[in-house]
Amino acid sequence: MAYSKKVIDKFENTLNEPEKFNVGRFDPKEANIGTGMVGAPACGDVMKLQIKCESKGNTHIIKDVKFKTYGCGSAIASSSELVDMLVGKTLEEARQIKNIEIAEALELPSIKIHCSVLAEDSIQQAIDDFEQKQ
Amino acid sequence: MSKTIDLPIYLDYASTTPVDSRVAKKMIDHLTLDGNFGNPASRSHKFGWKAEESVEEARSHIANLVNCDPREIVWTSGATEADNLAIKGIANFYKSKGTHIITSKIEHKAVLDPCRQLERDGFEITYLEPSDGGIITLQSVRDAIRDDTILISIMHVNNELGTINDLEGIGSLARKNGIFFHVDAAQSTGKVNIDLSSLPVDLMSFSAHKTYGPKGIGALFVRRKPRVRIEAQIHGGGHERGMRSGTLPTHQIVGMGEAFRLAKEEMDADKERIYSLHNRFYDSVSKIEEIYVNGDSKNKVSNILNISFAYVEGESLIMALKDIAVSSGSACTSASLEPSYVLRAIGRKDELASSSIRFSFGRFTTEEEVDYTLALINHAVERLRELSPLWEMYLDGIDLDSVEWQTH
Repeated sequence: MAYSKKVIDKFENTLNEPEKFNVGRFDPKEANIGTGMVGAPACGDVMKLQIKCESKGNTHIIKDVKFKTYGCGSAIASSSELVDMLVGKTLEEARQIKNIEIAEALELPSIKIHCSVLAEDSIQQAIDDFEQKQ
Repeated sequence: MSKTIDLPIYLDYASTTPVDSRVAKKMIDHLTLDGNFGNPASRSHKFGWKAEESVEEARSHIANLVNCDPREIVWTSGATEADNLAIKGIANFYKSKGTHIITSKIEHKAVLDPCRQLERDGFEITYLEPSDGGIITLQSVRDAIRDDTILISIMHVNNELGTINDLEGIGSLARKNGIFFHVDAAQSTGKVNIDLSSLPVDLMSFSAHKTYGPKGIGALFVRRKPRVRIEAQIHGGGHERGMRSGTLPTHQIVGMGEAFRLAKEEMDADKERIYSLHNRFYDSVSKIEEIYVNGDSKNKVSNILNISFAYVEGESLIMALKDIAVSSGSACTSASLEPSYVLRAIGRKDELASSSIRFSFGRFTTEEEVDYTLALINHAVERLRELSPLWEMYLDGIDLDSVEWQTH
């Protein structure tokens, strides 16, 4: 399959400089961490996204993000692309992120759109997890 | 790396091989005005006679490699057409005798799809389950045989796993029960010795391009004693004793002939060299934690090595190994969105199936290429596992089967 240069670059950069691209993990038990994990090994992709939040006024903003993804190149690129969008956003703003933004930013081919859907699901779940803890 | 090597490195010989330069030379001699370009079916002039001579010489090279009579070789456009001709040809010719056919779940699509077509035409097909090692057992064949079975079609060497089936055993069962036995041997020529003078095989499909010949040419062995009859699938001129019409592509045929002549001449040397490359590769790659070899490693050709790298998805691994040309059992690399049906048939779970890579070595693979590949694999697997939530869970001692996944 021919990938866009954007997917390839994102994938390779993430692979070569994992720390710079927020690969890693936070302790999920900490109160200011929200964890989302979506997908299934049998389906070929699993994304785990963690957000570290800080209160600001009457809301929270995302201070830092860590992620790990098992999946094809575009799944990994989609997670990494999402992570770039998150830091500094309020939770309300982060909830508004739609998969189509990720798909367009990476020029995902149509059969890989589900990778961006998975990324969108992961942030929703991470926020849910954080809010339940509050 | 002491020696510079050309990238990308080709390790997908089971998919196709480059044409050997000696083969290409022969082919070029059969194309242009100053060469042997005639129509082998032209009986009235020297151009035709010379072309026919080349075709017959090539036919004898095929026959020599597999030890049969040249008159038992029918040219086709490739192994896919040979499989179609054998399976539909037998089914159509002998349908009054019976309408049951036995094949296996790990056959190439060139066998499975004609079988599906025959099912639509009213035939009944039994698809045998392979063993976990990817072998078709004699017991499974024996159990499937019925009074109305007319054909058994089982491959010699599996294209994904490299596993080798027991042709002698299956063929004897077929003979004893008066059933024809067809073998897809696309992957085995030049890799495994084939002696049709003693093997109880009635039909065998060959491909040129897996054995350093050109694409677009293959052959079907159709036994004369005891005689096997097939109904032609392509009509128009009665070439190849009526079994396959169409002007013979002399340059392709000559290419296949030369490729098979070289295969006979160089099989022992090729095998030995590739065996040592295989061991060099395997000894190193097996040091990586949590890898699984797919297919019975004691019963396979050494040019194919299929490995699952657990907790790493196959397509991402292929992307990370962009300087290496290999195939993957991952669904993501194909349009089907299903992981390899062969790996599923041998009982591999979907995640292990989609973590699989098929490495296949060949005549032009070097030790330097193998070493370079190994270094890249070690690096890529380490990096991708660092990125993998599944690997993290594995290291934390979590049983992935106990997790409730949110499937989408």
